[in-house]
Amino acid sequence: MIVDATQGRALRMTLDGEEVRFSDGETIYEVATRQHTPIPTLCYDPRLEPFGGCRMCVVEVEGARTPVASCTTPATAGMVVRTKNVALEKHRKTLLELVVSENREVDVDPLRGYASQEVATLVDEYGARTGRFQGQRSGTSNETDDNPFIKRDYDLCISCYRCVRVCAEQEGDHAIAVMNRGFQTQITTEFNGRLKDSACTFCGQCVQTCPTGALGDIKAMRAEPLPGELKKTRTICPYCGVGCSVDLLTKGERLVGVQPAMDGPANKGALCIKGQFAFDFVHHEERLKTPLVRGDDGELHEASWDEALDRAADGFRRAREEHGRYSIYGVASGRAPHEAAYTMQKFIRAGFGTNYIDNCSRA
Amino acid sequence: MSNPLIDMEKPDVIFCIGTNMTECHPVAATGLKKAIAHGSRMIVADPRKIPLARLAQLYLPIRVGSDVALLLGMAHVIAREGLVDRQFMDSRTSGGDEFIEHVKPFTPEWAAEITGVPAKDIETAAIWYGSAEQGAIYYTLGITEHICGVDNVQSLCNLALMTGNIGREGTGVNPMRGQNNIQGAGDCGAVPSHFPGFQSCAEPENARKFSEAYGTEIDAEKGITKVTALNQCGDQIRALLIDGENTVVSDPEREHCEHALKSLDHLVVIDIFLTETGELADVVLPATSWGETDGVCANTERRVQRLRAAVPPAGQAKPDWWIVSQIAQRIGTPGFEYESAKDIFNELCGLSPIYAGLDWDRIDQGEYQWPVPDKDHPGTPILHVREFKNGRGLFKILGYRDPAEVIDDDFPVWLTTGRRLQSYHTRTQTGRSQGIDYLLSEELLEVHPHDVASWGLVDGGQCHLSSRRGKIMAKIKATDQSPRGTVFCSFSFNDTPVNILTGSGYDPVTETAELKVCAVRVEPA
Ligand code: SF4
Ligand code: SF4
Ligand code: FES
Repeated sequence: MIVDATQGRALRMTLDGEEVRFSDGETIYEVATRQHTPIPTLCYDPRLEPFGGCRMCVVEVEGARTPVASCTTPATAGMVVRTKNVALEKHRKTLLELVVSENREVDVDPLRGYASQEVATLVDEYGARTGRFQGQRSGTSNETDDNPFIKRDYDLCISCYRCVRVCAEQEGDHAIAVMNRGFQTQITTEFNGRLKDSACTFCGQCVQTCPTGALGDIKAMRAEPLPGELKKTRTICPYCGVGCSVDLLTKGERLVGVQPAMDGPANKGALCIKGQFAFDFVHHEERLKTPLVRGDDGELHEASWDEALDRAADGFRRAREEHGRYSIYGVASGRAPHEAAYTMQKFIRAGFGTNYIDNCSRA
Repeated sequence: MSNPLIDMEKPDVIFCIGTNMTECHPVAATGLKKAIAHGSRMIVADPRKIPLARLAQLYLPIRVGSDVALLLGMAHVIAREGLVDRQFMDSRTSGGDEFIEHVKPFTPEWAAEITGVPAKDIETAAIWYGSAEQGAIYYTLGITEHICGVDNVQSLCNLALMTGNIGREGTGVNPMRGQNNIQGAGDCGAVPSHFPGFQSCAEPENARKFSEAYGTEIDAEKGITKVTALNQCGDQIRALLIDGENTVVSDPEREHCEHALKSLDHLVVIDIFLTETGELADVVLPATSWGETDGVCANTERRVQRLRAAVPPAGQAKPDWWIVSQIAQRIGTPGFEYESAKDIFNELCGLSPIYAGLDWDRIDQGEYQWPVPDKDHPGTPILHVREFKNGRGLFKILGYRDPAEVIDDDFPVWLTTGRRLQSYHTRTQTGRSQGIDYLLSEELLEVHPHDVASWGLVDGGQCHLSSRRGKIMAKIKATDQSPRGTVFCSFSFNDTPVNILTGSGYDPVTETAELKVCAVRVEPA
């Protein structure tokens, strides 16, 4: 039971005819989400301060003259809320029809970003491809930005400001801002130039929160023409000790991109440039693909696993026989998984009875 | 870390020392930025005016290697101003009274003389931290990569103990680990002093336990560190197995290191690329990389998380554990008949009290932070809540020592080294990821604009950089991020091998190299 800590009693409201409990400070949207009552949103990102810009999430509150934005309106005791009725659904559909008319395209490849399917999904849900409005295009693409990470296709922008807010609130970087108002609204950098010349750190968070694909992950988008289904595998970033959770995007046997895991225990959806964009070393042509053994000519030559492992084992056996067990040392990796470090230390301790093992933390 | 990452949004006073967090642990730094946005105050002590320093309300530009002096000066002020948490000291710690007596002579003026930080700023920092409701300390290699690395850490602990800023939410003494699983390597016992689970090798009982588990008599005494082992290569040490480390590029004293590896009878390197270190090996074995390997890692807050394979291995690459197990089996060592990473992780859990409540399936969602002593335990996000590991928190009496090498007429400039946001370590991975070059294609030596002018250098031009150990060429970048008289360079680029220059000394306890400080000469090329 959720109890209001200040008053020590449960707070109650009515949601779509059902009495529900909530805690002080929760918005209507948060209460509904907890109750598994879906409310459509466009400008909402649960990690950011409520903004209330798109009015997609409006609900009817008994006693209020007009519908209210559920993402910004706090729940109050005794409130009676309806999340669905004919008028609300019509309002939402009209909003989406406007989006369809203003954007060059609605259907973008999911490789563009984590949230890139949000608008298209809602448009389909509401059957909003009616062509009811013949809109002018809003926003202009920034084609001059030559950065290799973030596509800035503002033809598809709906001015939800999620990118600007995530940059300011989540990253504290304030690299991008809103220029102009109304129909002329444009997302841009401080001097309307390249991201490289701004405070941008290329963490990619703006890309991942954009609900239209106006911002796109250029590296992942290279895989759009590849056949096969897009799969996601949850893992941890291979770089620093923060241990951010990521989803690896694969098509067939290829790793094509990375998206942040919004429920990652250490990062809650945040990433930096390394975790977001430095993944493709995995398929680099210089990867070692076969064992190598030094030949009599002094050069390294490709060898079979059996040959290489025997050669590796021989050297350690010989060192033990000729120079004793203190002649062998092991250096484990701070980059490889536990199982690598564990077997390395056991190799030394079980094999030679010494504690001649270390890792690379001293360098 | 003594406290979890989510705590970073909570302290009212944040003290960062020797950590370039926005570049090295960017996602952790977002927590601090949020705390500041909500009104927390941050103190940053660092020789360089790093981005984090620009976010701080109080920036202490300390001379490289003078951390202990700063921290003693702060302890003096905290004691003098009556900001000690008496109740905490009496009930939880010992040696406090001696410590308070000990810091009497270390006035802020004394500390100012050594650190170059104005005495009044040292006072302000001490008063802020000393009066914080929740004061938290964060540090990285800027603290540990010194001959006095252990003293630095203990000085920070002293501050936390005297103010009771430990064992509670939003406080603590928090090292940020640099590599994704460096914490895990220690957890798994890949250190000469401890068996898996940080069970001391010097305890005969532990040695007995592992001797029994592994079916071999194992020494009940610490082994030598890697630094010592490298010094003994060719003499005592004849055969070396290196897993995933580019020792030649990442270690201090590159030439010494290359020479050591070349004098071995037998060098086996396991890695995903043929590194400069692999080039010296007798046998190089291809490992599966991240994205191809199932396994476990532990982050800087002791959170145990699963790594999952998403694509098949490159060529014939095999998991590191498989490779090591194969070699072990071929020299006749029993106990390496593993079939999966899961078998190994579960064996580790069975032998380590801090992992005893965990197994492969339980860590699927990554919600546990060790110690997790049994299956009913929820994990330990905050350490030292009711008591310290050995009962009471011990104050350490220590004094300031100069770095192993100080500037003089021949080598009049301080060089300090570190990392950059876009590159990682020796760039075997970031350097092979597309697009990173767009932002960072070469190494630059950061020099204060006035020094550039007065040393006859040119912004963007080349210079000779020499220390007592060697000489390299570097390209200059004029920036006020470096203070006057101190230059900075990262160790990520092989064509700017700064580790030819470094390596002037080691911490006597941990044998961590003093990578952060070295005396150099900068001349136009
Ligand atoms: S670029 Fe995307 S996230 Fe930013 S305002 Fe436009 S639609 Fe929203
Ligand atoms: S995404 Fe960045 S901050 Fe997170 S673990 Fe990776 S390198 Fe560290
Ligand atoms: S989602 Fe509530 S106003 Fe946009």
